[in-house]
Amino acid sequence: MLLKRKADLTHADVTPKDVYTNRRKFLRDMGIAGVTAFAGERILSLATPSLTAYATSKLNFVKGQFNTDEKQTPINDVTHYNNFYEFGTDKSDPAKNAQNFRTSPWTVSVEGEIKSPRKFSMDELLALAPLEERIYRHRCVERWSIVVPWIGYSLSAILKKFEPTPKAKYIAFQSYYDRDQMPQAKYTGLDYPYVEGLRMDEAMHPLTLLCFGMYGETLPNQDGAPVRIVVPWKYGYKSIKSIVKIKFQEHEPPTTWNLLAPNEYGFYSNVNPGVDHPRWSQSTEHRLGEIFPRKTLMFNGYNDLVASMYNGMDLKKFH
Amino acid sequence: MFLVCAIPFARLCIGLVRSDLGSNPVETLQHTTGDWTLNFLVFTLAVTPLRKIFKLPDLIRFRRMLGLFAFFYGFMHFLTYLGPDQNFQFSGMWDDVAKRKFITVGFLALVLMVPLAATSTAGMIRRLGGKRWQALHRLVYASAILGVIHYYWLVKSDVRKPLFYGFWVVIFLLWRVWDAYFRGKGNSAPARPGVSAAD
Repeated sequence: MLLKRKADLTHADVTPKDVYTNRRKFLRDMGIAGVTAFAGERILSLATPSLTAYATSKLNFVKGQFNTDEKQTPINDVTHYNNFYEFGTDKSDPAKNAQNFRTSPWTVSVEGEIKSPRKFSMDELLALAPLEERIYRHRCVERWSIVVPWIGYSLSAILKKFEPTPKAKYIAFQSYYDRDQMPQAKYTGLDYPYVEGLRMDEAMHPLTLLCFGMYGETLPNQDGAPVRIVVPWKYGYKSIKSIVKIKFQEHEPPTTWNLLAPNEYGFYSNVNPGVDHPRWSQSTEHRLGEIFPRKTLMFNGYNDLVASMYNGMDLKKFH
Repeated sequence: MFLVCAIPFARLCIGLVRSDLGSNPVETLQHTTGDWTLNFLVFTLAVTPLRKIFKLPDLIRFRRMLGLFAFFYGFMHFLTYLGPDQNFQFSGMWDDVAKRKFITVGFLALVLMVPLAATSTAGMIRRLGGKRWQALHRLVYASAILGVIHYYWLVKSDVRKPLFYGFWVVIFLLWRVWDAYFRGKGNSAPARPGVSAAD
């Protein structure tokens, strides 16, 4: 974190010509300037503490299903090592830049191929079904993984409240996007608002979590407040954050990473040690807190629960 | 000068000991050593243009140290990959070098620096002769270019930093093209033993 600030001073902040007449000083200064131009920001950040307070409140929940016994990742790591590109692309950026992200009031619109579309407030969502603690493995496409005690209920609990038309085959999701609150977004190479989607059976699967909290409290901003989904058998970018829209639709929804690089990020994005990313292997992963790699598990270890949804499917083609 | 160049390495070691390298220390080590490899490559490439533009032939004294530190950080960067990603197993490494093109070019960039490090002494300049030494050390251009490509090919979507390094590498290489074309040979200061003036 401390060493990962990007250098925005240029190496050629060239010293004026009259300085070169004093050669010794110039050489010394050049040495210092050269090093500090790239390291200065980092040295400065060494001096400033990196504690970030995040506003969360306690949630009432019961112990949920599908929990893993594996060691949970310390909350400090899950709140300071984030991919939330709307707030910057360094892992430490979201914790810094999302502090003033306004997550209240918040509305989630459920619409599309259903009989009665409606909007929900956060209070309504939180009261819709009993909250459970689900301790899931979470695997990023970048090959790192964590174990997080999420809080929420199965997405199916809210989807079941609606009468879909026969056309509804997929669920599409959309994140909040706001140029003013997310000025870093324009440098990231992605198009916003961030969108994702699931096939209907995946969305209705009990493992798919509509998530409101973690570690006993509501979600910190950098982790996708106030509401996100968690789809633990897929790569982390499918677990879309800060959701504003849930839409029942007929056709396969566009997904942000797939729009950027379709050969690298498919619609399904199932964790699969046998299907490599075009540029790197997916057979191992780095669990935060460990030094040496672990073997990646099929469907991130949820094979028994989800494999049947993909029987007969070519997982290389439909990656 | 040596101490200044070693500061980033010292900070990494201190950070490691104090568990102060963030939530993914392996990644921090990999990225920081990678960044400093490119930094020192850019610094090394900057020496000759700065010497000529500001008429400071003495800057040459720093070039060997800068180059060797580029190799040092490159080697450290390689170790942070070989250990944490490959369990120090070379078989896995060769697999990656063959299959993952960003690792292919990164590995090549490092390998090209080995003969440069080995022939960095004044004694080696004498043994090879100025012209052959110069020709060999032009490999640093390839290392720098491959290093930038390695970085560009590994990022997921934010290409700003690789392009930033690429910009500087291109600037300093273009300067050499411009210098060779417009100034021609015969403009360089006389060579002293252990120092190569023209580039």
